[in-house]
Amino acid sequence: MELLLFLILFPLLTAILCLALPEHPVRRWVIRASAVLIGGGSVYLLTTAYNKGSQLIEIPHEPAGTAMLVITLAIALLILYLGVRYRQPVAVALILVQTAVLLYFELRYAPALAMESNLFVDEFSIIMAMIIGVIGSLICVYSISYMRCYHEHHPEIEDRRRFFFFIMFAFLSAMFGIVFSNNLLWFFFFWEVTTLASFLLIGYSRTDEATKNAFLALKMNLLGGVAFAVALLYIGMIGAPLGLDRLLEAGGAVALVPAVLIAFAGITKSAQLPFSSWLLGAMVAPTPVSALLHSSTMVKAGVYAIIKFAPVLAGTVPGLMVSLVGGVTFFLASAMAITQSNAKRLLAYSTIANLGLVVACGGIGTYEAVWAAILLIIFHAVAKSLLFLSVGTVEHQIHSRDVEDMDGLIVTMPRVAAMILIGITGMFLAPFGMLISKWASLRAFIDAPGGLVFVLLIAFGSGVTLFFWTKWLGRLITRPLVEENVEGRVNREELSVLFVLSVLVIGVCLLFPWIARVLIEPYILTIYGHVTQLGQDNVLIMILMLVMILVLPLTMFYFRNGRDRRKLDVYMGGRPTTTDMHFTGSAGIERQLALHNYYLEGYFGEGKLMKIGVVVAVLLILTMLELVIVPAVIA
Amino acid sequence: MISWEYGVAFLILAPIIGGLVAGIDRRITARMQGRVGPPILQSFYDVGKLFEKERAFVRASQNFYILGYLVFIIFSGALFFAGGDLLLVIFALTLSHVFLVVGAYSVTSPYALIGAERELIQLMAVEPMIILVSVGFYLATGSFYVSDIFSSTQPMILLLPGIFLGFFYALTMKLRKSPFDIATSHHAHQEIVKGVTTEFSGSTLGMVEIAHWYEAVLLLGITWLFFAWNPVVAVGAVVLVYIAEIFIDNTNARVKWGFALQSIWVVTLVFSVANLAFFYIG
Repeated sequence: MELLLFLILFPLLTAILCLALPEHPVRRWVIRASAVLIGGGSVYLLTTAYNKGSQLIEIPHEPAGTAMLVITLAIALLILYLGVRYRQPVAVALILVQTAVLLYFELRYAPALAMESNLFVDEFSIIMAMIIGVIGSLICVYSISYMRCYHEHHPEIEDRRRFFFFIMFAFLSAMFGIVFSNNLLWFFFFWEVTTLASFLLIGYSRTDEATKNAFLALKMNLLGGVAFAVALLYIGMIGAPLGLDRLLEAGGAVALVPAVLIAFAGITKSAQLPFSSWLLGAMVAPTPVSALLHSSTMVKAGVYAIIKFAPVLAGTVPGLMVSLVGGVTFFLASAMAITQSNAKRLLAYSTIANLGLVVACGGIGTYEAVWAAILLIIFHAVAKSLLFLSVGTVEHQIHSRDVEDMDGLIVTMPRVAAMILIGITGMFLAPFGMLISKWASLRAFIDAPGGLVFVLLIAFGSGVTLFFWTKWLGRLITRPLVEENVEGRVNREELSVLFVLSVLVIGVCLLFPWIARVLIEPYILTIYGHVTQLGQDNVLIMILMLVMILVLPLTMFYFRNGRDRRKLDVYMGGRPTTTDMHFTGSAGIERQLALHNYYLEGYFGEGKLMKIGVVVAVLLILTMLELVIVPAVIA
Repeated sequence: MISWEYGVAFLILAPIIGGLVAGIDRRITARMQGRVGPPILQSFYDVGKLFEKERAFVRASQNFYILGYLVFIIFSGALFFAGGDLLLVIFALTLSHVFLVVGAYSVTSPYALIGAERELIQLMAVEPMIILVSVGFYLATGSFYVSDIFSSTQPMILLLPGIFLGFFYALTMKLRKSPFDIATSHHAHQEIVKGVTTEFSGSTLGMVEIAHWYEAVLLLGITWLFFAWNPVVAVGAVVLVYIAEIFIDNTNARVKWGFALQSIWVVTLVFSVANLAFFYIG
């Protein structure tokens, strides 16, 4: 189908155009027009392919295969060069090992495994394509004005915007490649492109910190890449099918080793413990990059791979290990988020936590769990992109990304604040998306073997999630000072992107029964033969709640306009206060009222929890790998 | 499965029952302290008077948040008594408390803020236990629907003794009783003044009080589920549980929030694991 090729190749074309065109309105229009075409293309894919089940698409391996090999080698050389230049022996070693394994596979086994159906599309790929196409291109449009502002604020950073947009669009192209590849070798190629793209984007500013964090991300993802390459090698050695469809069909013992190795690669890519630090470090990049990495690309590629292999992992001990890594990550990352006041870091922890839940579902691999996981991916992508981009906009106006500095935002930037409110509620409150998915995953876990552990992790994790989101939410609407509205300074295009995303957050909640019926359930039904649903009356109740929440703010008109009301100052223990929140402290000194949130360092200290998490996760992962590798080596 | 007429009955009857319970609570408390105590109907007089007071506010938006608090408490209670999904009831209840916390944030007052933070700690402390209660009922009956759990002929208390004890421990906090009344206090002369509700007055405070009544009835309803197989036992058990909470309230001083959080989590973990493990092993 030409549409798939269009979605993979057109972003690449745009990328090359962005690289070629100088800083000029023409380039901006190229970006906008491409965004519309890419978004439109993915929606068109939905309308044409949604009721056709899984379709394999015959595309000859050559010459694409040769081109991919050449690009892979070029990427390896680039990483090798950068690794040597920045003295990163680990990165150099990893890329050498990975390239050696891959070359051996290409020369020794690849010709025998050549296949015709290299691309495919099914309902899950359509969902992913919608996320990449719509949210990804919205982020690119947002970047136009954000990056202009970014370089105005940071004159010391070299303006490499051509390169920036080149990588952004190449990233989208690779992501489309991942979700449409049926040939695992193609899958691996696109996988490595996303590793390189995120490395280059994180290091965009070329400061020491950015370079350091970029290499951290590179090393961890290359480690995953090595595992992926070994999976290919194993497939070659035992003569298993290289096609994703046939491999999943074969299932069982044949597919388990590659599945576990690729799940390991997925764990690195989706920043699960012990690899969470790369995603935390990635926030040095400009905010749209974080939005892209967290919502529609990169980490989503990781969980996509795990969900794809979920049927193989289901009911196996290594699969249980995968889900335990996810479950532990969910709880610990949520707990660590409590201690964060840096909004981007807080969002990063929340991403890690939510992906942990997806990974946990994938490892369990039952039809209920996969249902919940796909729902989580959708809701998370929409809400998280909105939150990151809003924080980016706020940062450019108040010159801080600290939650503590965001008080009064409801006055100074009411529309942006309202959109952050929508994003936050979308992340944790009934009846919004993430909560529906959490609910679904709780149900899935209860009936799974060993489910008690997951139930506990979810129960306690929900408690801490509630805490850190609500205190941010509260901060936005506290108003220590009467401040002026500065929203007029925000670029209109940025605002409209935020607006579209807010509409999407609410829209996806309203439409989710339809999304589930048309896309998720057919996919689950094809794979498992049976399917789960939320009860009809529960869906109705959720929608009723949503309507109530949307209607309630209308009562504000009544409360604002009531005549018989008297406005008072806050109670300050009886001290004389002024309306701008100054009060007379001891010895007659006038002070300004300052309010701060709790961060509970003593209980949820990052250092302490991170150590525990890394140790537990490393043990789980080693057990998981040992369980499949030792028998494979013996055999 | 959902019978809305019971939901409507809750809407009308719960404030009456809740107000009476509050009145009896104050009377028993007074007797425990060697006082005569107010009339049983005093809570209604109090709230009635609140609605006649001057409408003073710090931020106009605070009324909106408190209205949201009341509306969603009623919603979750109505859903519970209509026989709906217990998890959904819990999520709606959480949503309502977020409204309360956000309302306390919106007034930008130091005392209200401390109350709001502590209210959040309370929510975080209790949320796991409440979720595990519903998980326990599901494992025991195979359904999350209150209607199914209610009509089960098995005595839940015998299947879920650990869950019940954990719930009882958390209930002290949910009912805002000492030693866990960390977010607000019944008397305004304490160090956090009135905590969450410091800046609420008049009809706004009245709405908070009514929401407490609704919530108390909902919590007693959950208690009832443990004994639902026999209505006579259930009435006795619910009365006993409430009196025990009053007794605890009067014999304990407020603890620090850190201890409250830790102890509730430890109790939740120990009792629910000990109890629920049977369903997974057996």
